[in-house]
Amino acid sequence: MTARVRALETILTEKGLIDPAAIDEIIETYEHRVGPKNGAHVVAKAWSDPDFEAWLRRDATAAIASLGYIGRQGEHMQAVFNTPETHNLVVCTLCSCYPWPVLGTPPVWYKSPPYRSRAVIDPRGVLAEFGVTLPEETEVRVWDSTAELRYLVVPMRPAGTEGMGEEELAALVTRDSMIGAGLALDPTVLA
Amino acid sequence: MNGPQDLGGQMGFGPIDPEPDEPVFHAPWEKRAFGITLATGTLGAWNIDESRHARESLHPVDYYTSSYYEIWTKAVEKLLVRHGFVTEAELAAGHAQGAGAMPKRVISAADVGPVLKRGGPSNREVGVRPRFAAGDRVRTKVMHPVGHTRLPRYARGKVGTVEALHGGHVFPDTNAMGEGENPQHLYTVVFDGREIWGPDSDPRLKISIDAWESYLEPV
Repeated sequence: MTARVRALETILTEKGLIDPAAIDEIIETYEHRVGPKNGAHVVAKAWSDPDFEAWLRRDATAAIASLGYIGRQGEHMQAVFNTPETHNLVVCTLCSCYPWPVLGTPPVWYKSPPYRSRAVIDPRGVLAEFGVTLPEETEVRVWDSTAELRYLVVPMRPAGTEGMGEEELAALVTRDSMIGAGLALDPTVLA
Repeated sequence: MNGPQDLGGQMGFGPIDPEPDEPVFHAPWEKRAFGITLATGTLGAWNIDESRHARESLHPVDYYTSSYYEIWTKAVEKLLVRHGFVTEAELAAGHAQGAGAMPKRVISAADVGPVLKRGGPSNREVGVRPRFAAGDRVRTKVMHPVGHTRLPRYARGKVGTVEALHGGHVFPDTNAMGEGENPQHLYTVVFDGREIWGPDSDPRLKISIDAWESYLEPV
């Protein structure tokens, strides 16, 4: 693929259809500037600030934009909140839809046939492979991202985090927990 | 289309196998393929729905044996040829051989930030009232269009409940095929696991899709 993509870039550059410096800038954006730390900030703020949480429930696009996380693949955001009664899991069975401004580009497993095929029919089996076992009575809600709405899971705030500030809390929020494929980290285990 | 992309409920693909500490890209060519795909999307010749359709139109054997950015690369080559920007001969030679179609714009490095931040919202005014309300029971259509659709096979002909209305959104089934945006009301429709998978389903499973109005019929 190295030669094939180099050939493509050469042709497009020779024809004036791309500027390689623009390609560099696109790569830099998603490799270094946008990623799951943005989403962790959103979740930690929702855990800390009831007004922000209410805004996130009501209008996730605006609430998330207020923190500066906007743009491509995050134009229409919806936050879904885990509770003891319901665990949310996000998938795109048809392609790879994922909320880029808050999570960056998706990991390979999210885009690959095993996850895309199984998340809708056997979500508990999928979760077990991520080391997550839910109580039997907990409902699993799978969100198949078939349109341009992008889903951010707000995991449950772990016990023992009462005195923590936003930054400390954000360190507990993993990428997988914001897809629903994991839980927020337990601070006692982390310590 | 009933293509290789429509994976929900398929079996035999094995474990998920998440990679610990996964890098954003796994090879330098992946970075360039990603950047080229996003940059050429701004030439103004195709939209995200046509792009998705180009990927899912790969031969199933090719789709399943290609990595993600291989799929992207093969699709963007197809789009560039389809819209007259490059020729098959050029792709084979690895160099430009003549003039091609004129782009509406070519993105500069300075434009990248603003363009990515602007994104491509799909909400549109539709001018008609929504046919369904939250709480309505609806049945998804049984249909097998040869072109693009965002109604997965596993969710066709199933009864669910409208949970939320999202206003008008560009209709991908026509937008992907060069037949216009034709925006429709969009709904989140939630199904019981047993409605989708039968009595063996996890009884505490709920699945939702986002469905355009023409995918739905009243029950």
